[in-house]
Amino acid sequence: MKIVENKKYFFIISALIILTGGIFTLIQGVELGIDFTGGTEIEIDMEQYIEASEIREVLDDYDPAASINHIGGDQNNIVIRTSEDLSSEQRRDLFNDLQAEYNLSTDQPLRVDQFGPSIGQEIQQRALLSILISAIGMLIYITFRFELSYGIASLTALLHDILIVLSVYAVLNIPINNPFIAAVLTILGYSINDSIVVFDRVRENIPFLKKNNFAELGNTSIAQTLKRSIITSVTTLLTIVALYILGVEQIKTFALPLIAGIISGTYSSIFIATPVWVMIKERQAAKKSYQGAKSS
Amino acid sequence: MNTKSLVAFIFIALLVIAGAYTAFLGLNVGGLSIPPLTESVSQGLDLQGGVYLVYEADTDSTGAELDREMEQVIEIFRLRVDSMGLTEPVIVREGDDRVRVELPGVEAAEEAIAMIGTTARLEFLDPDGNLVISGNDIDDARVMMDANNRPYVALELDAGAREAFAEATGRLAQLPSDPVDDRVIEIILDGEVISAPEVSERIDTGRPTITSQTFTIETASELAALIRAGALPVELEEIRTSTITATLGEYALDRSIQAAIIGISLLMLFMIVIYKIPGLVADIALTVYILLVFGVIVLLNATVTLPGIAALILSIGMAVDANVIIFERIKEDIGTGKTVRVAIESGFKRAFRTILDANVTTLIAGVVLYQFGTGPIRGFAILLIIGILCSMFTAIIITRLLLRLVVKINTRKSKTLFGLK
Repeated sequence: MKIVENKKYFFIISALIILTGGIFTLIQGVELGIDFTGGTEIEIDMEQYIEASEIREVLDDYDPAASINHIGGDQNNIVIRTSEDLSSEQRRDLFNDLQAEYNLSTDQPLRVDQFGPSIGQEIQQRALLSILISAIGMLIYITFRFELSYGIASLTALLHDILIVLSVYAVLNIPINNPFIAAVLTILGYSINDSIVVFDRVRENIPFLKKNNFAELGNTSIAQTLKRSIITSVTTLLTIVALYILGVEQIKTFALPLIAGIISGTYSSIFIATPVWVMIKERQAAKKSYQGAKSS
Repeated sequence: MNTKSLVAFIFIALLVIAGAYTAFLGLNVGGLSIPPLTESVSQGLDLQGGVYLVYEADTDSTGAELDREMEQVIEIFRLRVDSMGLTEPVIVREGDDRVRVELPGVEAAEEAIAMIGTTARLEFLDPDGNLVISGNDIDDARVMMDANNRPYVALELDAGAREAFAEATGRLAQLPSDPVDDRVIEIILDGEVISAPEVSERIDTGRPTITSQTFTIETASELAALIRAGALPVELEEIRTSTITATLGEYALDRSIQAAIIGISLLMLFMIVIYKIPGLVADIALTVYILLVFGVIVLLNATVTLPGIAALILSIGMAVDANVIIFERIKEDIGTGKTVRVAIESGFKRAFRTILDANVTTLIAGVVLYQFGTGPIRGFAILLIIGILCSMFTAIIITRLLLRLVVKINTRKSKTLFGLK
């Protein structure tokens, strides 16, 4: 297997995906969930399919900028999303208006979620902080158990995975929210986990290193762990895809980034992490021999 | 052929299946009846339906003053929630100036929210139902200790209300001591009598006190906090609401269980197809893992939320990973000429280090998530942590135990178990 030698192509593939995501982000902007911006989300069973334009007539009294989505197998349920955080009173009035207009038999929305703007800011900051702290924690652990070069390489793979997942979100134009951050953190763990299994093998093979041929060492280690990498991502994907297909809306928001992350995590542990590690080691070796030549 | 090991293996397998059956479907044999373990799992609001609220107090107070204000907010919430007759309401202070309210099983969600969030109305009424003073007339209410170290509640009235209070107490104090009910001033908060002290004398100082033989520090503080709540209401802002009907929660749970059953079945089938007998061993270990996770959840009384279920299902997929690493190692070691029995031991030893390093990193993510996450994120993190710990345990203990047994069953043919000649 000549994975390390062909790293250029793998890097280009990843760069293209991330670039596409970047372009989409520039064109469309990043859509943030109401848990980051503040706002209200109300899910109502309308008992029949009702055009969004009709519902909008009622909604205009509350927030003309509200979005309306139909969900559920028969599209009878609607999800109303406003960037205003509606008060308890406004929410009740809104529901009562719809109930009167369409003779709803239920007297409650199925689900209500409201976030004040201040708490949204806070959730956003905490989310970023937790990503940063776990990344640092992992770097320290890996440096302690392996050495810094492995830590840098696995964090590169990690950054790659997060960018890929963000790109998928940008292309599909899905809002980034709190569950997304949880998923990203799980991907963080999963991606590092994957890289570690390969690196563990590299570490084991180091005593057999011939003439500083790090590329060969990397290729051998990848080949030795390849079957495991593939089987594990298949087993994890089996459960998470089942969850995505059968789960409800709130579960889907977790499952989708996880699916993208698991695929990307497996890819990066093979095609990104090890080649990057080899690059670091080769540079270190070149430096050493240069210094050695100078001193002699 | 070693019959003893075969019997032991089959026995363990049957035991695990019986355990799984009992845990998920319950047992009903003769007089013995065990309810499913899954019934003892406490479900989050998003699964059983209910209301989740966070209020932020709009106040500039700090330190002890803020503590007092938050205490009165919590007391008044408790009074209102208690009147709804719910089973397990949660009302706790969160951070400095926030209060979290969880009301499982509430059906009329918005009505409940409206009731909790309204401004308090406090009234002091005489036995004829006439208003003596109202919340606005009270400057403060606090708990004090008398000479005998018994708690009482001391009120401070606004200067403008002194006269009215002196007049009413003077009138009531003159009445005959029997019946007592005629000499009582009822303190009513939001229509509910929170105290009904008997007037013993005319009070014109504007500093009445409420004493009771039955006061403890807690009950006296509660009363003082409630009076303050009606007198000096703290403005509250609803910063987070989440309500879900029981029907939608139940539906979400059903769908997740369905997904879990299908996902796990496919996963188990996949392992048998890839690894044959060791695959079966992994499947048994996986069943033990699932039982273990549920056991820990029940033991820790951890709440299972919808994101938590996602974490569980994810961790099941990841739990298999440890087995895969072990099997691949053993295969490799057999390939280098070791006997199967030696290969199992050496394979486990080498795989252990990999599994440990790989899982600790995921664990770091889980712990950070728990520490810094809010609400649903924490539910996700706690189950991720439980899942990782249990999966390491089952892979290392259960899988090894079963593999040793399997090898003993037929030592000569054991290599074929791993698909090697």
